[in-house]
Amino acid sequence: MGAPADEVLAALADPTRWRVLTLLAERGSGTATTLAGELPVSRVAVVKHLAVLDRAGLVSGTRRGREVRYTVRPERLDATARWMAGLASEWDARLAAIKRLAEE
Amino acid sequence: MTADQIERETVIAAPVERVWALITEAEHVGRWFGDAGAEVDLRPGGAMTLRWSEHGTSIARIEQVEPHSLFSYRWAPFEDPGGEEPVEGNSTLVEFTLAAEGDGTRLRVVESGFAGLHCSHEQRAANLEGNTAGWKAELGELEAYASKVAA
Repeated sequence: MGAPADEVLAALADPTRWRVLTLLAERGSGTATTLAGELPVSRVAVVKHLAVLDRAGLVSGTRRGREVRYTVRPERLDATARWMAGLASEWDARLAAIKRLAEE
Repeated sequence: MTADQIERETVIAAPVERVWALITEAEHVGRWFGDAGAEVDLRPGGAMTLRWSEHGTSIARIEQVEPHSLFSYRWAPFEDPGGEEPVEGNSTLVEFTLAAEGDGTRLRVVESGFAGLHCSHEQRAANLEGNTAGWKAELGELEAYASKVAA
């Protein structure tokens, strides 16, 4: 089971950044300008969030003229989701163990 | 998806007093959680020490104790071999909540704070591997304990 880099979880812990990422996933792609048009934050703020997501390997950008168009890179998000699911199944096993002992 | 926490729950056909004892008393914790004993200083700020014969020691720092309803502690599940005091940057918060439901108990656990962990990708991967191996050993211990108690 792979583990995510710290910056993935840190990137996802901010609610606005999470919104930027999900919006990007819904739209397929976007620029700071198009994303800012759908969020209650400034274009400058969106640029900063995209930079954090980019560093965490969660999005990738391609420059087109004056704008950078971003898309979601699902690999690291999937890896993080699998890592968290693994930890959750450990808790399931522990709770099942407590249940078994309690019900004896 | 909530990126920073894990939430799990189960309903147990036993009263809250029984479930509370299983998750807070060293006698129980030390036999199914660790395999080489445990110490539980059951008070906010108290230590819960868990020992494994092959996987070292883990120290959890207890945060909240509300008998039969809430038990929480901070631990460093990715420090291996353990023994390290859980502090900001190496630990997550585990919260057990218990609620009576009919004659039984709803037990819920939330582990949070993963985004605050400061270990490297490689270190965490290695630790996680060690941690998983540790849990497998523990569950084996628990099964043995459960069948002995049941016998």
